[in-house]
Amino acid sequence: MKETEIENSTEEFEHLLEGKENEIYVLRLYVTGMTPKSTKAVLNIKKICEENLKGRYELEVIDIYQQPVLAKDEQIIAAPTLIKKIPLPLRKLIGDMSDKERILLGLDLKQK
Amino acid sequence: MVKAINNVESPEELQKCQTGIRGLDEITDGGLPKGRPTLVCGSAGCGKTLLAMEFLVRGAAQYNEPGVFVSFEESSEELVQNVASLGFDLNGLIAHKKMYLDQVRIERSEIEETGEYDLEGLFIRLNHAIDSIGANRVVLDTIESLYSGLANEGILRAELRRLFRWLKEKGVTAIVTGERGENTLTRHGLEEYVSDCVILLDNRVEGQISTRRLRIVKYRGSSHGTNEYPFLIDEQGISVLPITSLGLQHDVSTERISSGIPRLDIMLEGDGYYRGSSILISGTAGTGKSSIAATFANATCSRGERCLYFAFEESASQIIRNMHSIGIGLQPWLEQGLLSIHAVRPTVYGLEMHLVKMYKLINEFKPEVVIMDPVTNLISIGSETEVKSMLSRLIDFLKASHITALFTNLSHAGGAVSLEQTEFGISSLMDTWILLRDIELGGERNRGLYILKSRGMAHSNQIREFLLTDRGIDLVDVYAGPGGVLTGSARSAQEAQEKAAELVRRDETGRKKRELDRKKKALEVQITALRSEFEAVEEETNKLIQQEEIKEKVLAADRAGMMRLRKADADS
Repeated sequence: MKETEIENSTEEFEHLLEGKENEIYVLRLYVTGMTPKSTKAVLNIKKICEENLKGRYELEVIDIYQQPVLAKDEQIIAAPTLIKKIPLPLRKLIGDMSDKERILLGLDLKQK
Repeated sequence: MVKAINNVESPEELQKCQTGIRGLDEITDGGLPKGRPTLVCGSAGCGKTLLAMEFLVRGAAQYNEPGVFVSFEESSEELVQNVASLGFDLNGLIAHKKMYLDQVRIERSEIEETGEYDLEGLFIRLNHAIDSIGANRVVLDTIESLYSGLANEGILRAELRRLFRWLKEKGVTAIVTGERGENTLTRHGLEEYVSDCVILLDNRVEGQISTRRLRIVKYRGSSHGTNEYPFLIDEQGISVLPITSLGLQHDVSTERISSGIPRLDIMLEGDGYYRGSSILISGTAGTGKSSIAATFANATCSRGERCLYFAFEESASQIIRNMHSIGIGLQPWLEQGLLSIHAVRPTVYGLEMHLVKMYKLINEFKPEVVIMDPVTNLISIGSETEVKSMLSRLIDFLKASHITALFTNLSHAGGAVSLEQTEFGISSLMDTWILLRDIELGGERNRGLYILKSRGMAHSNQIREFLLTDRGIDLVDVYAGPGGVLTGSARSAQEAQEKAAELVRRDETGRKKRELDRKKKALEVQITALRSEFEAVEEETNKLIQQEEIKEKVLAADRAGMMRLRKADADS
């Protein structure tokens, strides 16, 4: 493979990454009342968003105890569940959001 | 064990929740444990989802118990479509708030696990579903799909345990389905959590014929049937058949019904078969078994009773045509709905399935008489013991329902098995056994009929010759004389000879009588002649006497005249 081609592809990749950096994130966090897991998850995801998506994210925290119908509509099984609605593809992150690496992977903020 | 159950005086006896599924409530002794989860497990395609769905649909429609169906596999639309073919109107039930469908979709690729979690989302959905229609029944189908969607088995186990406890607290009767594992009932050991009632479904293929079976593996706190019961999925859903040899406690009838052949009735004490008895007609090919069966069917329908005819060899139209040729018209009975012919090849499905089908048809048609022609053909799909067990269950069921059953049995002449032996030893199950056999004599084959046994009646021990005429079946006496038993033309010849001899004898007597008559007449003539001679002589004699008297008178007159002339003394 020629040197120039590799350079080109790297450029392209960086360009793509730049584009991603401007993407708006719409996130929904479904929790179950004020359980320790719920509060932990809220705190964790807020921190991660502030660190990685500052100024370009929209995070809504929903208590499914209050709105059980949403649990059916959004196919929620586990709690807490974070749904990445935008950008696509849709992804569900379940747990108390303590595994930062996996969250960044799940939000496409980090490549494997 | 039984004693222990009887002694328990528990005020809180286990309450049952009727499923409404035909047969299942009988083998579970009243239904599933109320307010508890039941595990239904089995391999793919054995009817788990359908059983669970029917439990809900029947609950909603028959017992006014609304139900929630949580599907982890099929979408709501698919479910509605799938069960619509079985006559269940899910959309209608949903509209009337009798049913709630929820599909739980888990895509592993969509999910990233980021720490501690629980399944509270599922609990909330379930709770919402139950409360929104006031459900008494819940189905989770197949909850094991969670294992493929979620990686953390530790959490799953704990949450499932919590789920089943929660369902119990909620007081709903639940069915949880699970896929069969290699050596375990379910792949992920659901039986660990659901310990009240476990039902195993199975779909086995033996000799290229598959049969669905159901078994209750355990049922805590309740008696239940322990056998494997065949079940059937048809247009009306599932029917489980608890057909077992339950015992011999059926009450019997003393009523008699005609066999349709007057002479045969006479052989059976003059009244025919007992109602509710089982009759076996056995014989080699072409001895007229089907004809006897059809005659019986005809007689049954003539009485205005119903007859269900299972044909394993001929089609319905063939039977009708053939029987028409011997003067038995079955067509009108078919049209009047008194006769129903079910022609099916034995190999269409397994033995148990035949039993299930028959059971169902009998329950639907409610016949007074059932005919199976020939029962021998079932051997092609089962072993001897299987066929015997199946037939004994069928006969028990028929007897309990007071249905008279006639079976035909094809025996093979010249084989190792003698005629007086049925292939599967079913003769012991039969009350009346009629044997048809060929009698070969003088270069021709004739049919002979005799009654081998007939329980509870003094039957004839005679062989009758059996004739198929265009007016039906006729039984005639065989010739039993010094020359042995004669049938057919030999019998006719013998009879003709005897008739001739009789004629000769009769002639002789006539001749003698006529001769005597003649003699008598001759004597009478003589008597008349003598009498007239006698009369003539008598007349002559009288005449002579008269003449003499006249002469005397004349002589006396003359003497007096002379005396007067002589003037003689009067005193001298």
